[in-house]
Amino acid sequence: MHGRPRKAPKPEDEAASSAKAQKLRALQTQFFSFHHNKIYTKEAVELSAKLLEINPESYTAWNYRKLAVEHYLNLPDCNPDSIKSVLDDELRVVENALRQNFKSYGAWHHRKWVLSKGHSSIDNELRLLDKFQKADSRNFHAWNYRRFVAESMKRSEQDELKYTEDMIYANFSNYSAWHNRSVLLSALFDKKAEGFLLKEKVLPEEYEFIHQAIFTDPDDQSGWFYHLWLLDQTVTTDSPLLASSWPGHGSDVLLVGDRCYNGSAFSPFSALHSDSGSFPIVLYFNQPVRGVNSSTVTVECGFNKNEDLLWKPLSASNSQTARVWVAHLKVSSSDLHSTVEVSVGHTKGIISTRGFEYSHPSMLSFKVHVQPMERDSSQVSVAESISLREENFKVYGKQSEESIIDSFDQLIIKNGHETTASNWRFEALAKEIECFRELLSLVDCKIGKLTLARLLKAYDAMSYPFANKLVHSEEVLELYSDLMKLDRTHYQFYKDERSIVLLQKYKDSVSSAICGPICLRLNNLSLSRMGAFEKLLWVQMLDLSHNELQSIEGLEAMQLLSCLSLRNNKLRSLTALEPLRKLKLLRILDISYNQIGDHSIDTTRYVCSSPLSHSVGSELNRDETVTSDVALINNWEAFYIFKDFNLNQLDIVGNTIADEKFKSVLVKIMPKLKQLDGKLLD
Amino acid sequence: MAELAVDKHVKYILAVEKNKDSFESVVMDHLRMNGAYWGLTALDLLGKLDSVNVDEVISWILKCQHESGGFSGNIGHDPHILYTLSAVQVLALFNKLDVLDIDKVATYITGLQNEDGSFSGDMWGEVDTRFSYIAICCLSILCCLGKINVEKAVSYILSCKNLDGGFGCTPGGESHAGQIFCCVGALALTGSLHYVDKDLLGWWLCERQVKSGGLNGRPEKLPDVCYSWWVLSSLIMIDRVHWIDKEKLVKFILDCQDVENGGISDRPDDAVDVYHTYFGVAGLSLLNYPGLKAIDPAYALPVDVVNRIFFSG
Repeated sequence: MHGRPRKAPKPEDEAASSAKAQKLRALQTQFFSFHHNKIYTKEAVELSAKLLEINPESYTAWNYRKLAVEHYLNLPDCNPDSIKSVLDDELRVVENALRQNFKSYGAWHHRKWVLSKGHSSIDNELRLLDKFQKADSRNFHAWNYRRFVAESMKRSEQDELKYTEDMIYANFSNYSAWHNRSVLLSALFDKKAEGFLLKEKVLPEEYEFIHQAIFTDPDDQSGWFYHLWLLDQTVTTDSPLLASSWPGHGSDVLLVGDRCYNGSAFSPFSALHSDSGSFPIVLYFNQPVRGVNSSTVTVECGFNKNEDLLWKPLSASNSQTARVWVAHLKVSSSDLHSTVEVSVGHTKGIISTRGFEYSHPSMLSFKVHVQPMERDSSQVSVAESISLREENFKVYGKQSEESIIDSFDQLIIKNGHETTASNWRFEALAKEIECFRELLSLVDCKIGKLTLARLLKAYDAMSYPFANKLVHSEEVLELYSDLMKLDRTHYQFYKDERSIVLLQKYKDSVSSAICGPICLRLNNLSLSRMGAFEKLLWVQMLDLSHNELQSIEGLEAMQLLSCLSLRNNKLRSLTALEPLRKLKLLRILDISYNQIGDHSIDTTRYVCSSPLSHSVGSELNRDETVTSDVALINNWEAFYIFKDFNLNQLDIVGNTIADEKFKSVLVKIMPKLKQLDGKLLD
Repeated sequence: MAELAVDKHVKYILAVEKNKDSFESVVMDHLRMNGAYWGLTALDLLGKLDSVNVDEVISWILKCQHESGGFSGNIGHDPHILYTLSAVQVLALFNKLDVLDIDKVATYITGLQNEDGSFSGDMWGEVDTRFSYIAICCLSILCCLGKINVEKAVSYILSCKNLDGGFGCTPGGESHAGQIFCCVGALALTGSLHYVDKDLLGWWLCERQVKSGGLNGRPEKLPDVCYSWWVLSSLIMIDRVHWIDKEKLVKFILDCQDVENGGISDRPDDAVDVYHTYFGVAGLSLLNYPGLKAIDPAYALPVDVVNRIFFSG
């Protein structure tokens, strides 16, 4: 099926093919007769060998041979010699079959099965493997079989590591060997084996080794992914850490009711409109964790310990693992000022997906102030008819630049314990940066630029909370721009990476509503992707209009969002709005002028919660009024996405999907909607 | 740019189905059930499923079912999970799942799950993440996924996740686009995609696109049309397909056509077969090629077939 040249069929060829076909068919028919009648004579078994030599993929013949072996092993007169002879026969048949097709799943499995009978020498196997791996060093069947044999023989990881080294020195372009090496090293690190206890001793040698591969031929991919893994090993701390939170430590939160904020004493960054007297506490970790609950995270408000706080993971479907966790704290209206203390991880239980415990307990403390109710309730409700257009806002003045920067960074938690322990990490990164700068001075290559960008980003991220500035971001942005030109095939990949770097360093453009919360303006930035969420947890109003977003992955972290504009972007389906389902405070949404309805292939079909991915309850709470008029089969995306929204205002014009019929479906799914495309609903 | 020679491909597929006498055909005898799935799904995507005799196909499929509930690759062969999925998929295409005793098929599949959550291909015990995908996909189509231990199935798949973000056939196995499709597909169907590092895997997958615009299955290998499915559907499920150059890939697939005799091959100017014809057409569907039905990247069936199973009354 693979790699055969296209030839016009000639009559002689067809005749020959037909003759061969008839012969094979006759063989097959005879074989079936033996198999179905359970005949295991020497001649019958020999026939199956003939069949497998012509066609090693005929799986039923391998099954038959297993039955034949079992038949012989169960004979009353069998002895160690006859057993050995039977099994050796099987190994011979497998070898012949592998010569025909050394990628035959059936053949390799049969060999494993024979060896499991326990009577054959496993030492032979390494020799056989050696032959195969020299013939094709990328044959994954052989590598899998090698792992199986190594385990059966109890060969040490160190010995196998040496084997990968030999293979790599024979030919650097051997991804399979590098892969196996990463598996072995990982196991040795996990086991804390002797000689592999300290990553800082092992990694420099590995870096030297991989440099030889990458620098010999920068266009060969074999070493790229191994290098990325080494970088990850250098940079990533094992135990999870709290990266950021809202409210930030030391901040003041003002809870205002459902009307204008009048505070002069408080920074508008921390004024939250809340009708219910409750507000979210958001914890943003540096990697996905599970086990965040009221035992592992305690919250004390005033003198009351809140024991029944429910912590929810912000992840898709029913997963109990997430990077971002949220709980809602209700403050009693009689307490106008309270201090809240959040203790994270003083009790064990928060664990990362790799199995490491949260090991540095932290505490956040912030003050909550409740704005007393005014008797005059005729003031304009902030929630009514908000338009995010510029003229409705005043731009935040320059004098407040400091507080802007503070707000972005205030949320970032400085994990002090890391500085002293990580000197070897900085050294390793600095050395790599130097090596790759040197490579780039000799060869203008894609992997050089991409790796340098990754190294500089990692260096900045590691030094960040202390350095207060991302030193290399300009250089990184330029590297990605270069890559967008150099490797046009992967243009969008570099653009996405670039968008995140841009967001990480972004400090400008905040405007404040005349009487309302801050709107963060991130429009017209050619953003293809959102990121830097750990700095944006405080945002209540967000303007992302006129960008190139086709995904809003990660936006579920922005729990305070009440107002969001995605106008004029490249959203291609309703399922892309899945992250918004977790934004319980969202009331105003503008998704006008996107591409929803233009494309037949939905790339977010499986990241949204639906019956297709078994991520909604089987007892569908289908609202009778919806499904009686609405054919679910045509509108399931709208149903599953919007049914949990609590919007007052939605703009959807400018999308192919938004015809009158669809809009009436939306109104049925969201009965609380007050305004659709600028039109007031009854 | 070349165009998709729809009529030629339809003729080719129908001819392959009828031709049982060539050597190629006899050598593939044992996987005719897969061949039926490839050919018929391709026909459906091309809008020509009605060119075949439904009753003949169904009657042959049922003859391949064994006492155990599993299906074999062809009449006379032993049952295996590979052919069980293809049989169920073909019946779904024709909206004829009701000819099945669903419990019987489910029993066969649940019986193949092992203690560690993995699945064997048949009673002889070969374990591979391909079989995990097959079990999950098959039972999902039959709306009885809950009959297996889903949690353990997922944790076994995750044990096959590699440090490059990809997946292999067994723990420690090298990342390979075919295995990645199976694992990502299985995780998609069980609402478990959040376990995938989409950026890491996305980069590994997008780097399968080589200069010619085609996709290979792992680093430093030749491009092949079948990877237009395995790699592409994986990228789509994790929402990273915009990281490759879609136009270049369309051109590569179209260049692999035999525009005179019909059919698509693995690489330009190689011999065609129904396997690559299906993957080429399915790949083009995922790339929004005009005139083709949309295909679901996880179930590998037309979207309208999948929607019919999950969303109609």
